[in-house]
Amino acid sequence: MSAETTDAVTNDSDIVSIVDLRVTFATDGGAVRAVDGVSIAVRPREIVAIVGESGSGKSVTAKSILGLVPSTATSSGSILLRSRDRSRTTDIVDASQNALRSLRGEDVAMVFQEPSTALNPVYTVGWQIAEGIRAHGSVSRKDAKKQAVDILRRVGIPDPETRVNYYPHQFSGGQKQRVVIAMALVLNPGLIVADEPTTALDVTVQAEILDLLRRLRDEFDTAIVLITHNMGVVADLADRVVVMYQGKVVEEADARTLFASPQADYTKQLLAAVPHIGQGEARAAVRTQERLARDSSTTPVVVARDLVIEYPGRLGRGGFRAVNGVSFEIKEGEVLGLVGESGSGKTTIGRAIAGLSKVTGGSLSVLGREMLGIRERAFRSARVDIGFVFQDPASSFNPLLTIADCVAEPLVVHGRAADSRDARAQVDELLEAVQLPRTFGDRYPHELSGGQRQRASLARSIALRPKLLIADEPTSALDVSVQARVLELFTELQREFGFASLFISHDLAVVDLLADRIAVLYKGELVEEGTGAEVLGAPQHPYTQRLLASLPVPDPIEQQSRREALHRLQAVDG
Amino acid sequence: MTATTAQTRPKRSLVSRIPLFEQVRSSIGLQRGMLIAGVVITGLFVITAVFAPLLAPYGFAQLRSDGTPFGAQEAPNAEHLLGTTVGGYDVLSRVIWGAQTAILTIVVSVILSIFAGIFLGLVSGYIGGWLDRVLVVVCDAIYAFPSLLLAIVMSIVISGGRSDLLGGILAASISITVVFIPQYFRVIRAETVRIKSEAYVESAKVIGTRAPRIVFRHVLRNATRSLPLLLTLNSSEALLTLAGLGFLGFGIEPTAAAEWGYDLNKSLSDVTSGIWWTSLFPGLAIVLAVLGITLLGESLNDLADPRLRGRRAALDTGAPTADNGAEPHGAGATGERIVADDASTADDEERVS
Repeated sequence: MSAETTDAVTNDSDIVSIVDLRVTFATDGGAVRAVDGVSIAVRPREIVAIVGESGSGKSVTAKSILGLVPSTATSSGSILLRSRDRSRTTDIVDASQNALRSLRGEDVAMVFQEPSTALNPVYTVGWQIAEGIRAHGSVSRKDAKKQAVDILRRVGIPDPETRVNYYPHQFSGGQKQRVVIAMALVLNPGLIVADEPTTALDVTVQAEILDLLRRLRDEFDTAIVLITHNMGVVADLADRVVVMYQGKVVEEADARTLFASPQADYTKQLLAAVPHIGQGEARAAVRTQERLARDSSTTPVVVARDLVIEYPGRLGRGGFRAVNGVSFEIKEGEVLGLVGESGSGKTTIGRAIAGLSKVTGGSLSVLGREMLGIRERAFRSARVDIGFVFQDPASSFNPLLTIADCVAEPLVVHGRAADSRDARAQVDELLEAVQLPRTFGDRYPHELSGGQRQRASLARSIALRPKLLIADEPTSALDVSVQARVLELFTELQREFGFASLFISHDLAVVDLLADRIAVLYKGELVEEGTGAEVLGAPQHPYTQRLLASLPVPDPIEQQSRREALHRLQAVDG
Repeated sequence: MTATTAQTRPKRSLVSRIPLFEQVRSSIGLQRGMLIAGVVITGLFVITAVFAPLLAPYGFAQLRSDGTPFGAQEAPNAEHLLGTTVGGYDVLSRVIWGAQTAILTIVVSVILSIFAGIFLGLVSGYIGGWLDRVLVVVCDAIYAFPSLLLAIVMSIVISGGRSDLLGGILAASISITVVFIPQYFRVIRAETVRIKSEAYVESAKVIGTRAPRIVFRHVLRNATRSLPLLLTLNSSEALLTLAGLGFLGFGIEPTAAAEWGYDLNKSLSDVTSGIWWTSLFPGLAIVLAVLGITLLGESLNDLADPRLRGRRAALDTGAPTADNGAEPHGAGATGERIVADDASTADDEERVS
């Protein structure tokens, strides 16, 4: 059918066949080969997951299928894309802008990571869907809208006749992602490229979107190329998995085979680094024993009683109550894991303990100081005993200071050292404690990788030997393997320095790995609290049950049974 | 990990630390042309101003040499390369000396406005609240004043309208300062408000850093990113205001200093009688000086922004990917982040295997 077929690997029935793709970027530091000789074929009605860490070239490979590489990139090799009815075959690498424009949407469409930025906030979703239809042929406004309503209904937006006239901000995050999927589906392309489609979503919403994507294959006969770093998502959805590392394909296998018996060393390590629920139980028990043996009369470091935190609203409107009547305590040397979805108030609690957010009601006592109505002047002396690790290691360092300067900052501020040069010996010790070479002190933050930066951030937070460390999603911006190492380091440091800790995360498995006790937040209220075994082993509150059931596990067979269990749970909920 | 220990940051060579050298090296195509044109024109402007006493054949107020008057409205000749004005001054000398006056005005106005503007912007943005609101309203009100009107008022206040060198420069500078402070204020305030919510400022707060240290150590240096552009644009505006004042007759006495705007004003009547040299050259000087500074500022701004900066197309050199890991980040531009999302090479140390 196609004369361009250069390799025996390509098969006419494949919806897309990538052969020996190479993509090189021009950067200030010279040419960087992002994709290096990748060959992937996707059959009709197949979900192929491309997994890999950031920098592995998975996104560039997938975006190349749509010809969406930046202008600084040069590509070679071939990407043969066939339309659904096999009537045309295009080589994307050589295609003109015009040819690309006409086939985007019709033959291949894209679902983006962040639904709130993929939609234009000033147009209704109906208009945006119709825009795609009208760009590919003369369809009347009315017909286009009818099609938009129809597709919205099929992706599970309730009451689509009304909602078609809604603006993006009127939808929730999960619904927005449904709208984005509807936009991709509306011209019935044979292939959908989904770039981390659930990364920006909460676990419970993620499960729904994964169900929808599965339905796309079953009902629309669409093939999907799924890019993700989440092995649980892969196990849940993919038929076949391609593992990429440094621009090359390391392993390609059937999903069940890959999880059951990975062949490449890299794949094995990647799978081993994924945290599982249930790993932490034994560890937590040992730690609790140790702590009780050490000191039976531990005084709590943080005590919250009916804590209320409200953000002031606009003039004439009530404030937003982020935290509503939460009570908990953190004892000396204890790690409390705080779990919740976005908007549950978990970060707000962490910030209130660090004195970054104002407490508006109830009582919060931190290191013996009442935070309700406290002034910064009175709290400053307590800051010596509090460390804070931020979510994004990229932005938590002043880009113009060296790592050594940044780590020395707390020592200088509290008069333990005259300036950063004076503190250098201590800084070197701290860097060693977090397993960074001393020479890294002279580097600037952007010269370190994400994991290295987060370790430097840990070094800074323990510089003053705090009694309390607040870690706000410290690993959510990191790759899985890097996350595993940072979590291990955190455990070691905690054992060595014995600080109490509030560990905030949206990932149940991560919290399970570290925490002595787990608290689950839901819409600003504490719904469940207990040891890891209690909360994760026998969850009492329906929300915790749903949260736990929604979490995809990196094992296709187990995940299938879990999925069915979740569906039963959802059916009960109504 | 041992592999990365060995790679220490290469020290930048002396040449590359000269301002602008790095920018010229990293630019290509039209952007490079614009930058070089800007650098050359501005350089000529500055050199002319500094070496005016050596370059100019006569003094700016000189009317006669060896006891014989120059004569008025002489066409360009061997004695007077660009001719003489209606008042009998040498045009070439006036144009060269005028560069000195222009530079002085630029320096004085920028110095007067930049410190106050930055300080107010930092304080207003960081503290916020009612102080911020009042300052923003005041600055908005100042935008309503035409700078030329302010300049006229200033020149009357300072020296009763007819002024000497210092009075003229101060009148122009102060009036420009009043208009410029809000510009610096706005730019720095906007940056401060953005940086205030950055994680590194919060992490400084959590440590217990006092506000002045946060503002000057963490906020200030990160907020000055767009200042070079504003600086060059303001410089050219200062120059134009000075020329405008001179043209309106509120400029500097010809005996006190040479000033392009004044010369243009005096040459108005010449134009109708076919005497082109008295108006052309001062006018050309204004155009070139403003153009040079603006080109410099615009291209510096484009080059500092990785989204606007052009790059050479990548040649497929066939280099193995692993080699790229040895050169993590180049000249320290954070710009690589734009393409680095998936092409990032800094993570090699962290990767499994």
